[in-house]
Amino acid sequence: MKILVTVKEVATVEDEFEIEGTEIADQYLGADLNEWDDYAIEEAVQLQEDGIADEVVTVTIGPEECEQTIRQALAKGADRAVRVWDDSLEGVDLLDVNAKTEILSAVIEAEDPDLVLSGVQAGDDSFAATGVSVAENLGFQWGAVVNHLEHDLEEGVASVRRELEGGVEEFTELELPAVLTIQTGINEPRYASLRGIRQAQRKELDVKALADIGVDESTIESELDLTAMYEPESESDATFWEGSADETASELGELLRDKGVAQ
Amino acid sequence: MTDVLAVTDHRRGDLRDVSYEIITAGRELADETGGDLHLAVISGTVDDFADKLNRDGVDAIHTVSHGEEFNHDVYTQAITQLYDDLAPQYVLTPNSVNGLDYAPAVANQLDLPVVTDTIDLETDGETLVATREMYGGKVETTNELEGEAVVTIRSAEWPQAEGTGDASIEAFDADIDEDAIGSTVSGFEEVGGGDVDISEAELLVSIGRGIEEEENLDLIRDLADALGATLSSSRPIVDNGWLPKNRQVGQSGKVVTPDVYIAIGISGAVQHVAGMKGSDTIVAINTDPNAPIMDIADYAIVDDLFDVVPELIDEFEG
Repeated sequence: MKILVTVKEVATVEDEFEIEGTEIADQYLGADLNEWDDYAIEEAVQLQEDGIADEVVTVTIGPEECEQTIRQALAKGADRAVRVWDDSLEGVDLLDVNAKTEILSAVIEAEDPDLVLSGVQAGDDSFAATGVSVAENLGFQWGAVVNHLEHDLEEGVASVRRELEGGVEEFTELELPAVLTIQTGINEPRYASLRGIRQAQRKELDVKALADIGVDESTIESELDLTAMYEPESESDATFWEGSADETASELGELLRDKGVAQ
Repeated sequence: MTDVLAVTDHRRGDLRDVSYEIITAGRELADETGGDLHLAVISGTVDDFADKLNRDGVDAIHTVSHGEEFNHDVYTQAITQLYDDLAPQYVLTPNSVNGLDYAPAVANQLDLPVVTDTIDLETDGETLVATREMYGGKVETTNELEGEAVVTIRSAEWPQAEGTGDASIEAFDADIDEDAIGSTVSGFEEVGGGDVDISEAELLVSIGRGIEEEENLDLIRDLADALGATLSSSRPIVDNGWLPKNRQVGQSGKVVTPDVYIAIGISGAVQHVAGMKGSDTIVAINTDPNAPIMDIADYAIVDDLFDVVPELIDEFEG
């Protein structure tokens, strides 16, 4: 079977930062493989190692700068990658769920995978909606917030566990093809080996513009307009203990004795 | 007029708190232009649920009796049919695990924009202004969209509706296409039993990403031993396999209410806070004075945990 994994390079923000308009100033931003997607890649690679998957393909929406992140996924074992970018996507503050759905659906239709794995959410915009939206758009089945996938995938059915709130898990069976949004903790993502990193440089990374995948620019216009960004007002009314580590530890020690929870 | 269709959440026979919160959120939104608030109650003991949900501010409750538990195909079909029937401006759903399992599908099927995990909403009848967080809560953003939309709301951001309402309660005859149901829920399991019940502890020493390496956990174990405390953690520690699931505090872990909760190297993501905000006294040890945990802490030490924790151990072992 063929597995497609959506991979996003997310922006990371330092503890201290400044906001310029509706963006965080560049000098406070870093870039990283989306944490949830890392688990999705690992799950796909494990399915390949188990002899279930014949091919693992990644798809990314992003500019050339994110190729280093895509190479990380290839270094961990994905076979090849597709990156979609277009001048019309430059300067978009926030690509909304519908726009991402249009682009990813076009690639998935062309690739025709049996299973699509996507991180539950992205660490930067935190929408947590694209995977399910893509599934519905394509007429695939789906499961959101999956923290266990049985690897036998017998007779075109995926048995998954979904992580609900309050320490409850739900057992669900889904017909393939399906999109699963993958929760952290489903596996232990590997570090890329040196050999993997070397091999990744030689793997195919196909770049496509919107026209190449048959998506019209007008269909990906974001319906959501990011109008303001600001730091949340601190609501802290905490007592901040100040001083050296032994002084603050002593304050805490006194509190614990006062409360009668430690002697 | 801004009519709102709000979808309620239940599991294993009980309505979840967010079902009462979404009444408040939906009422506020409908009030802004004088619209009606419709509730949808799908699957399970819908008549019993409808009676409980009939609180102040609800205009109509539509029950869809189909199966016992949540199934995203049933929800998607029922909600899109209710939308066609009622023509609301906004469909509100909880930003719960189940909400996220159908809201994007409903939006896609209805060709509407979807905005998730909102913490504040305003409308003038045409433009919706939705407030939500990005970058793990480091910033808040406002987002505007025109016309109809599907919106998911974060739990515990709106108060629960109270009082007794006089809503009309009507069974909605949804035409559920059984052939289109491609998923089957076969059961549930409580996870996180094991050696210790952190929800019973009086003093919790809880550790997060700030511990950096697994071997550094020994330092925190020493602290827990010195204080006679129980060790717990935020999600990443459990995801890394450094502690078992039964030690996880948070939305998908345990809810704890100790006398004192010491959050060490925990930034305070909303999912974690959901599990520990009921602690009597919260102490945060963190290098970042702006970390969200500071907003709910009663006492805070802005310092390196690797400097403070050994001093605290000394004080009690001393």
